[in-house]
Amino acid sequence: MRRYQVFDIGGNHDYTDDQKNKAIMKKISEKCYLPMNKLLLKLIKKYDGAFKISFSITGVFIDQCKKYAPEVLESFRALAKTGCVEFLCETYYHSLAYLYSKKEFKQQVEKHKKLIEKEFGKTPKVFRNTELVFNNDLAETAKDLGFDVVLAEGADHILKKKTPNVVYTVNNCKVLLKNYKLSDDIAFRFSNKDWEHYPLTPKKFVSWIDEEEGDVINLFMDYETFGEHQWEESGIFTFMESLFGALLKKHKFVTISEASKHHSKGSLNVPRFVSWADIDRDLTAWIGNQMQENAIKELYLLENPVKTSKDLALLESWRRLTTSDHFYYMCTKWFNDGDVHKYFSPYESPYEAFIAFMNILNDIIIRIKEKNIKIPTNSYIMSSLEQEAWGGF
Amino acid sequence: MKNGLDSAFGEHKRRGVSLKVLMFGWEFPPIKSGGLGTACYDLTKGLSWNNVDVTFVMPHAPDNAEVEFVKLIGADNFSKKVQIKKIKTLLTPYLNSHGYSEIIARFKFGDGKGNADVYGENIYQEVQRLAAVAQEIANEEHHDIIHAHDWMTYEAGIEARKASNKPLVVHIHATEHDRTGGNPDPMIADIEYRGMMAADRIIANSEWTKQNVIHQYQINPDKIDVVHWGVDYDKPEYHLNHASPFKNEKLVLFLGRITLQKGPDYFIEVASNVLKFNKNVRFLIAGSGDMTPRIINRVNELGISDKVNFAGFLKGEHVHRAFQMADLYVMPSTSEPFGIVALESMKNGTPTLLSKQSGCSEVIKHSMKADFWDINLMTDQIVSYLRYNCFQQELTKYSDKEAKKFNLNDPAKKTLAIYQNVLHQWYNHSTT
Repeated sequence: MRRYQVFDIGGNHDYTDDQKNKAIMKKISEKCYLPMNKLLLKLIKKYDGAFKISFSITGVFIDQCKKYAPEVLESFRALAKTGCVEFLCETYYHSLAYLYSKKEFKQQVEKHKKLIEKEFGKTPKVFRNTELVFNNDLAETAKDLGFDVVLAEGADHILKKKTPNVVYTVNNCKVLLKNYKLSDDIAFRFSNKDWEHYPLTPKKFVSWIDEEEGDVINLFMDYETFGEHQWEESGIFTFMESLFGALLKKHKFVTISEASKHHSKGSLNVPRFVSWADIDRDLTAWIGNQMQENAIKELYLLENPVKTSKDLALLESWRRLTTSDHFYYMCTKWFNDGDVHKYFSPYESPYEAFIAFMNILNDIIIRIKEKNIKIPTNSYIMSSLEQEAWGGF
Repeated sequence: MKNGLDSAFGEHKRRGVSLKVLMFGWEFPPIKSGGLGTACYDLTKGLSWNNVDVTFVMPHAPDNAEVEFVKLIGADNFSKKVQIKKIKTLLTPYLNSHGYSEIIARFKFGDGKGNADVYGENIYQEVQRLAAVAQEIANEEHHDIIHAHDWMTYEAGIEARKASNKPLVVHIHATEHDRTGGNPDPMIADIEYRGMMAADRIIANSEWTKQNVIHQYQINPDKIDVVHWGVDYDKPEYHLNHASPFKNEKLVLFLGRITLQKGPDYFIEVASNVLKFNKNVRFLIAGSGDMTPRIINRVNELGISDKVNFAGFLKGEHVHRAFQMADLYVMPSTSEPFGIVALESMKNGTPTLLSKQSGCSEVIKHSMKADFWDINLMTDQIVSYLRYNCFQQELTKYSDKEAKKFNLNDPAKKTLAIYQNVLHQWYNHSTT
């Protein structure tokens, strides 16, 4: 998104920074998507179907592929054709809609499901919510939407010392939990020279897998781990290649759907939301401060007016604002340490992210008003604007 | 020389004997007109906590009333560790050669008290005269290391180094380029260059200053250390809780000299833009300087004189009052070597919008930042900040929190470590 300024409001409805998006897409395609997809395709062929993997790809990502890097989408299609790759369903816009609007949530899930069917030729059966945000109710909602399995973070406080390596049920919906220790060993610690297990070798990792108990080990990670978070120079690609080979000697790879065929070993109770973010494993990375809360509440307040307008371009603009990253960029709690939040943010500070987002929302309001549709009276932006008129001494 | 190493370096550590610094400065509170005085005061205070003795030598205007330094320093350990020596001179901070010519003329032909012939004919001569006195002091005062703050004292530092054969550290708070917006007085620039070349070590108060020194004077980067400033914690003025008298208006503050360097012209243009969005804002300009008439004219031209107040030059408690009244402090400096005033604002509970051309913006995370010339971006930031209460509250919360990180002990500790390295080098080098 552009660093949309107050001067743009009302005059400019273009919120995206095409040039930057294109440059980032090109860069990550070359460093990560293309080489890793190529490697996976090679391994699938080499092991003759024994090597399997699952992807969760947002609608926004596929849209960007079409626009900036069609060759990336082609390489995913090639993987889909092997039959060894499963594609999961999520919200089209990588949103937190589940927390603010069940109606919008269902629409985004349906939209994504259709896209996956169209692009990869298979109806997704597994659901994973944005950033693995999960609780009891979400499991139920997913089941209502026709999914058999949902993914979640294997957070300590929901497992209470139990293993993440078996299938559980939550509200009668099967759940697979991320083994965060082993996942993060690769995703976060692989190239960390201060880590006691550096350098990580396939042999070491296989021995850790051997020690694990249970039916199935779920390694979930950002795809950008390969080549972007962990650079090629760190040896991540060669590591993964030999790791897959070494694991296949003793273990079996399965897709998520296959893994969920195991019998459930018990039910879990998750009344509060968990996610896979930071050490807190909660929602505070997106809605942990007042700026984030006001921004996201105002966004969903505008849902009905936007939908009433029947203006598809406006709806698309609004939906793009639902992407969770916009709120992640406004996170202040880790800003001091200049850690991952900063690394992934296109803005110089959480404050810049907030300013740009609110200016865009302000423009959305103007577009709604142009259609003679009323803005709800509890709008934060409208009441903020009212204070700016001359109030006298 | 071997003996020198023992007493100056090894022995201090072993026996806990104080390191003795002969320090040359321009100003020391309460006689001060800028950030340099505060910086010197804070540094000596921090050093005193780290068992360092300082003899602080400063120029002293001959017609100035005698000031009770002890009162200011207090009767605690600080006063035992710091000794003030004053040299009578016509030099004043932030002076240029033209300004000096005026002063000496006024002094000679006006009602100057004392003997005008004592003082130099031009600023260069006067600096040399100060240096000659410095040489005498260096002979009399026992010290291990010499520390000189900004160009006016560099000659003094060089002469003292010759006299006592002790290493010299020069400290750059601002270069002549910073002060003049890129039109340096050649005489002053020459003194700055000579000082840095003669020094055994250079301390810059920010990476921004370090880079400027490297580019403006081609100084070897390896010779320069960066020590960022902190602010004093325990001033009661920070807790006055002054409320703004402008009940229905938000208050945006400019506080600094009204000179090219501080960017008051950008502040005014931004003010005019902000007022197009928000009528309930007032802009306060606190400070004085040669650009004042121009700024007042421009305010009238823009038709915003009912929304801009001029407070003049503020001192002491009034500075804190201005900060505490304000919702936001804007520092649009075209080149700000550090900008200690931004930390003072934060300590007073007022968040900041900082020019990216400043040293403090390197270390302050929780603030808004913009290039000094980017009027649109600053407008956008201020409008949004004043528009959304949650934004103001959030930034205030983190700005307050971050302000606590900047104290006097960290810069003093870093400075002490630099002294120790310099002494180590000095004696190792001399013995081999």
